[in-house]
Amino acid sequence: MTDGRLLDVRGLTVRFPTPDGVVQAVSDVSFTLSRGETLGVVGESGSGKSVSNLAIMGLLNAQRTVISGEVEFLGRDLLKLSPDELRKIRGKDIAMVFQDPFACLHPMYRVGKQIAEAVTAHSDASRSEAWARAVELLDHVGIPNAAERARDYPHQFSGGMRQRAMIAMALVHNPAILICDEPTTALDVTVQAQILELIEEVKREFNIGVILVTHDLGVVAETANSVMVMYAGRIMEYGPAAEIFGRPQHPYAWGLLDSMPSIERRLTTLVPIEGSPPSLLTPPSGCAFHPRCRYRFEPCATERPPLAVPAAGTHADACHLDWEAKVREGAKRSAARLGDAA
Amino acid sequence: MTLYIARRLAWTLLVVGAVLLITYAVFFLLPNGDIATRFAGKAPTPQLLAEIRNRLGLDHPWYIQFALFVKHFFLGDAYGWPGLGYSYGGGVSVLSEITSRAPRTLWLITGAAILWLVSGVAIGIVSAVKRRSLTDRLAMGFALFGISAPVFWLGLMALWIFWRILGVGGGTGYTPIAQGVGSWAGHLILPWCVLALLYAAFYARMTRNNLLETLGEDYIRTARAKGLSEREVIFKHGLRASLTPIVTMFGMDIALLVGGAIITESVFNIQGLGWLAITSALNQDLPTLVGVIMLTATAVAVMNLVVDVLYAFIDPRVRYA
Amino acid sequence: MSRRLDGGSKRAEAPARPAPGAGMTENLVEIEHLTKRFQVKQGVFARGKAEVHAVEDVSLTVRRGETLGIVGESGCGKSTTARLILRLLDPTSGTVRFEGRDISKLSQRALRPLRREMQMIFQDPYSSLNPRKTVGQIIAAPFAIHGEKGSKLRVQELLETVGLSPEHYNRYPHEFSGGQRQRIGVARALALSPKLIVCDEPVSALDVSIQAQILNLLRTLQSEFNLTYVFISHDLSVIRQIADRIAVMYLGGIVELGDSESLYEQPKHPYTAALLSAVPRATTGRRERIVLSGDVPSPVDPPAACVFHPRCPRFHEGRCDVEAPELRELGPAHAAACHYPLEKWPMTDDELRRAGGTAQAASG
Repeated sequence: MTDGRLLDVRGLTVRFPTPDGVVQAVSDVSFTLSRGETLGVVGESGSGKSVSNLAIMGLLNAQRTVISGEVEFLGRDLLKLSPDELRKIRGKDIAMVFQDPFACLHPMYRVGKQIAEAVTAHSDASRSEAWARAVELLDHVGIPNAAERARDYPHQFSGGMRQRAMIAMALVHNPAILICDEPTTALDVTVQAQILELIEEVKREFNIGVILVTHDLGVVAETANSVMVMYAGRIMEYGPAAEIFGRPQHPYAWGLLDSMPSIERRLTTLVPIEGSPPSLLTPPSGCAFHPRCRYRFEPCATERPPLAVPAAGTHADACHLDWEAKVREGAKRSAARLGDAA
Repeated sequence: MTLYIARRLAWTLLVVGAVLLITYAVFFLLPNGDIATRFAGKAPTPQLLAEIRNRLGLDHPWYIQFALFVKHFFLGDAYGWPGLGYSYGGGVSVLSEITSRAPRTLWLITGAAILWLVSGVAIGIVSAVKRRSLTDRLAMGFALFGISAPVFWLGLMALWIFWRILGVGGGTGYTPIAQGVGSWAGHLILPWCVLALLYAAFYARMTRNNLLETLGEDYIRTARAKGLSEREVIFKHGLRASLTPIVTMFGMDIALLVGGAIITESVFNIQGLGWLAITSALNQDLPTLVGVIMLTATAVAVMNLVVDVLYAFIDPRVRYA
Repeated sequence: MSRRLDGGSKRAEAPARPAPGAGMTENLVEIEHLTKRFQVKQGVFARGKAEVHAVEDVSLTVRRGETLGIVGESGCGKSTTARLILRLLDPTSGTVRFEGRDISKLSQRALRPLRREMQMIFQDPYSSLNPRKTVGQIIAAPFAIHGEKGSKLRVQELLETVGLSPEHYNRYPHEFSGGQRQRIGVARALALSPKLIVCDEPVSALDVSIQAQILNLLRTLQSEFNLTYVFISHDLSVIRQIADRIAVMYLGGIVELGDSESLYEQPKHPYTAALLSAVPRATTGRRERIVLSGDVPSPVDPPAACVFHPRCPRFHEGRCDVEAPELRELGPAHAAACHYPLEKWPMTDDELRRAGGTAQAASG
């Protein structure tokens, strides 16, 4: 398990001080990532899933952010590096693909040039060498006629092609980790399937670790090996994908899975999670989810349940409920849901 | 692209023609008395008036005068092409009048434009990069001052402080560059600074705001994510996208100033095109006025075209949609 | 000529139009051969203009009390169709009939009384509400537009109907969460008791736990107020939860139209099948997917004949790229525009490609 370990995040906490108070964007988040692993990070807007990755990459405005914890990447703590040292890792050892490929490429530079720039940022390659590498990578991610298309500007690319170009840019230096932040949310469903397949191929081919941030449980279920469910800046449940989808233990995970509209059949009523996500300026006391939880009982409002793997359990969750009861309820719900599909 | 430029030039011609036509119509259709009386002394006889009218061409209906003007414009007159006619007052060729005044205004604009573009954009960049710092606050304070201070007041203050008290610069008036670069620049240095200050303030604010907006774009995050240095992020990725609106503004500002930086020219007694425009308007000297208007209209149209073409070179999205 | 004919029939029809509430026809909206093209400029140095074929020859009906789902990917023309139905856009050709009356050529003035019968709910609950107006003013606005006084009581009643508290009357939109804002949008649409509500991606901007709340609300309101919905979405799962009948659009045209159950269980058009199989599911592990190659072509220059043929796994040269398929009945209340419709479902990618060959023989 320890060999191939790329990333070890411990107690990552991100705060944004604002005139209205301190936004507690990410609180005490710990996880690991190994080679060949796809870690799915799911949660709704404001759950801290994107912010935690931007913090790891050092892409948050340092003047307006307070970050604490440890992010150990191949023996070095990224949070202790100087901005310049971190810059040398960014785009080289850890690369990132973002949500909106329409906005993420510079509209005034040729696609090939933008990728070539990523080449020269971390190497002494000449202009023509960098360009050749850009064309090679564009070809590799399935852009037809890459030598010619590299001369195009982003607006001449379709959404799917732009996301392919972003992936090509990320692969320039054979990174160890690829962070994908909602990589398919802005794309059509048929194109989404292509991009997810490409990410999977790239992961296997280069033996890298992938962090896939998404709000779409379906995407996670189909691609991730392990899953982290986040809510209000905290991890609610964390474990192997099969366990999370087969035996979810946390009421928030149940709620998320149940409120997903099913494509398999028309449900008589959808089961939403009542209420709205809390404000991160004044998060609820105790368990962050308790105001919306149907199973809350007396300790939930006062005591924060720790994220822990129960003695006999398979994966970690942060909930006060009796473990056996949770396992039973989760299995029952999954059976009902999977039964729908059959 | 050639076709595009040709089409635009044809349009330009049409627009300038329309502007002229309106000028003629307004001049003659609005009641402003018999112009001939202005040149006929205290007790004009009808013969004298008729003679003057005949000399100035005022005995034709206004549209015939306009047609004659257009004819001379294209065919040229004794002073070459384009023929702009003769001023009512001294019978001086308008073309030679404009060509003799033009260098003053053009030198004034050129110097000021370089000054304001460089300083304005530089201040804007520093301000945006060091947002909310003391530098930023000072720079934006300066910008506010530059925008709100009236030019005539600034000009007079500059003359008083720098020329009278400190003895910097050559005072008012203009000496041609042929009479020595030192004297020429000495006379222009204060007008340059005064004219540039207002524009520099605008440009600094605009650069700062554009750059800040651009730096918030997703593609800037991409540039950082691929490990570019902060310098590359700001100058290559940030600045390029935020400069397009400044190019547009710069083109228009230059074009409008060609018609005369009227206040600056007046305060520093430069007697360039702005001064010419004002005096001809006050003297109801139609041919001279028309000459300046044509020059301004052409400058605006041409700069418009230049800006469009520049735009297409800067922003590929404009080139092929 | 056709204009005169239409004008004549309009005049003839007008007196015969059933009074509201009485003698209802089955179809609330009837669309025939609806086409919309937009002129676009091609860039500064290019000469001439191009046409976007946003909607091409679309015919469908919306029955009273049903929810018609229109599903498709970006640029398929679903939102344009919705706006044409409401006459927020003028069609290039074709007709839209609302309660039997052709509204596609009515003047804006003549449309006004009809406007109250058809309302719209928008995608973005953040930008579709005026931030400077209170919730009360926003919901009361439709009354004012139609020269009615919307009493405070009526507005508060509406707030309760959509699951908000009447005390929210004096609050501003920014004080609400995304889900609550969408409820305000629903209340505004309900204000004048419309017959038809067009919902344009009403839950796409919302988190999944909130989506379900709004979908449930829309369902409840439909049965309570006997509403008819046209529900636009790119999300096949959402559409399945709400629509009775579904039109699948691709590049401006309808490729498949049928009852929800039959369309999801037995899709006939290869595009529908690819869409269904591309949706990631949280229920099972990996499964076989039909992954379409390439992107949706540009609507400025759509492919000839069947617009789907360049991406279609069942493509047959000489047929699909020559002859445009008509939308034809392939089962009870189920039609598809395909020369080689699917024989069964589910199918593997291989079967899909192979079976096409036999279909060609059979249909040839």
